[in-house]
Amino acid sequence: MAQAAAVATPPKVPRRRSASPRRLPYLLIAPAGLLMLGFIAYPVISVFYYSLQNYNVTKPWRNGFAGFDNFTRIFTDDDQFWTTLGFSAQWVVVQVALQLTLGLALALIVNQSFIGRGISRAMVFSPWAVSGVLTSTIWILLYNSSTGFSRYLADAGIGDYGTSVLSDTGTVFWAATVAELWRGVPFFAILILADLQSVSKELYEAASVDGAGRLRQFFHITLPHLRDAIILSTLLRGVWEFNNVDLLYTLTGGGPAGETTTLPLYVANTGIEGHDFGYASALTTVAFVILLFCSIVYLRLSKFGGEHK
Amino acid sequence: MTAALAEKNGTDAARPPVRDHRTPAAHRRGKPGRERAFDDVPRWQIYVPLGIYLVFTLIPFYWMFLFAVRPAGSTSLVPWPMTGEHFSKVWNERSFAVFFQNSMIVGVCTLVCTTLVALAGGYALARFNFRIKNGFMLALLCSQFIPGALMLVPLFEIFKNLQMINSLGSVVIAETVFQLPLSIILISGFIKNVPVTLEEAAWVDGCSRFRAFCAVVLPLLRPGLIAVGSFAFVHSWNHFLFALMFLSEQDKQTIPVGLNTLIGADSVDLGALAAGGVIAAVPVVIVFAFIQKWLITGFSAGAVKG
Repeated sequence: MAQAAAVATPPKVPRRRSASPRRLPYLLIAPAGLLMLGFIAYPVISVFYYSLQNYNVTKPWRNGFAGFDNFTRIFTDDDQFWTTLGFSAQWVVVQVALQLTLGLALALIVNQSFIGRGISRAMVFSPWAVSGVLTSTIWILLYNSSTGFSRYLADAGIGDYGTSVLSDTGTVFWAATVAELWRGVPFFAILILADLQSVSKELYEAASVDGAGRLRQFFHITLPHLRDAIILSTLLRGVWEFNNVDLLYTLTGGGPAGETTTLPLYVANTGIEGHDFGYASALTTVAFVILLFCSIVYLRLSKFGGEHK
Repeated sequence: MTAALAEKNGTDAARPPVRDHRTPAAHRRGKPGRERAFDDVPRWQIYVPLGIYLVFTLIPFYWMFLFAVRPAGSTSLVPWPMTGEHFSKVWNERSFAVFFQNSMIVGVCTLVCTTLVALAGGYALARFNFRIKNGFMLALLCSQFIPGALMLVPLFEIFKNLQMINSLGSVVIAETVFQLPLSIILISGFIKNVPVTLEEAAWVDGCSRFRAFCAVVLPLLRPGLIAVGSFAFVHSWNHFLFALMFLSEQDKQTIPVGLNTLIGADSVDLGALAAGGVIAAVPVVIVFAFIQKWLITGFSAGAVKG
């Protein structure tokens, strides 16, 4: 009797497991899937829908189907779209290029072994955790013309009193760029440093036995190893820099004279302050398509995931 | 010069003829040079650029701290004598005490929700093959291209219909949703790195799938989970637009919104602004100091490569 039970039990256990795995993965992704359907997919679809509508809370009598009118207006009758798109492109390219260069250099430095490495890492990476608004706060204090850094420089005989780099159209771009670099470089440094941990030391040893200098080792071993990580992190960062509005919104408010208005900032102004939600949705759709197109082209050109060399 | 040449000759000679009779000697001679080539970077090449970068990183922090603790009207560059007047002003009069509490609630709730939901989703992606798996992965990746800032108006309408405007829950949901895709991808990468045979061994020992997961996989995921959870906390602590849009009552607002109010005030009180900044920075800096080592290990576990 007992023997029969023992024989009967083992097949029962696998059956219980093989019955559930068919439904289990769906159960497991259900929370994430439902949240994303409700709070990402649905808003995206409603943006597409509204982009074909006239929808303005302040002019309800005009609301209704608009066809492609909004899109025609974007491409033929909206100078601000083109200037803000141009500024966004400039912002993304400058930010990603400088952040990558500095981040790579920083990662290579703190990857060496030297005294005080741990504390140096913690300090140079710390701006990573700082928000856009806090970055603005800090740099407003630094850029302030009467109590900021420039005043002390002027006291020491460098530069003029009373110049605020944030209100001068000639300097505001670089002022904002430096502020964003300050908190953006650690992102690249952290990711690249993480990837550097997996380069095998033997490769370097072999290369230096072969007489390759440090510069050649960098270009022939380090850089090829980091390739995929660099492609992926520049892409993610580029998209992020394009979409993010925290810093510019609070630091310059898009000013002076619209000089630092990115496309998302323009969209936010149109939709939230101008209440023209139909047009803002059309702008969003165009921005999304541009972003997706650029990303695909970038991944193709850079041959992401392909064989090294 | 001659020493360098000799060294070069030595290593060159050691290269092609492996069974050359000189090899052991050349090998021995080559050794110190080899180590110098990749390990002994001249010290100044480390400390000089690092020092310059440290100055660039730390001066802004110091500047904020300086403005926060020196009395109004002072132009001293050393934080002495110190005063707490700016802190007590922002904390009490500008209601940063309330903002701090709200930000904490949002941060911790987002951390818990994101980690739990992403663990479930990541486990499914790492351990099962199912029909919509590739579609789900694609949706996760595509969602990275969606500008959160541009979803504000439709999200606002959704939360209005759910009657969640002015409730912290709306911000927690929105932050969680936008943290999820990256968290799921990262966690599924971490789980893939745990050999499935470990789990199978636990099943054979009679554990249910859930118990096996908790007992065997979860402890090994610690660095990854710390990285993902702290990401979620830091992002929701820092993120500004959702809170700005969904929370209009002052006693529901979070710290970034409070800071933005201080920046936008008609006559900016720099001391109060700096003190608010310090209050905003302290929790994330503490979290960061605690996790930065895990961050490197977490990412180098191959997760960056997907």
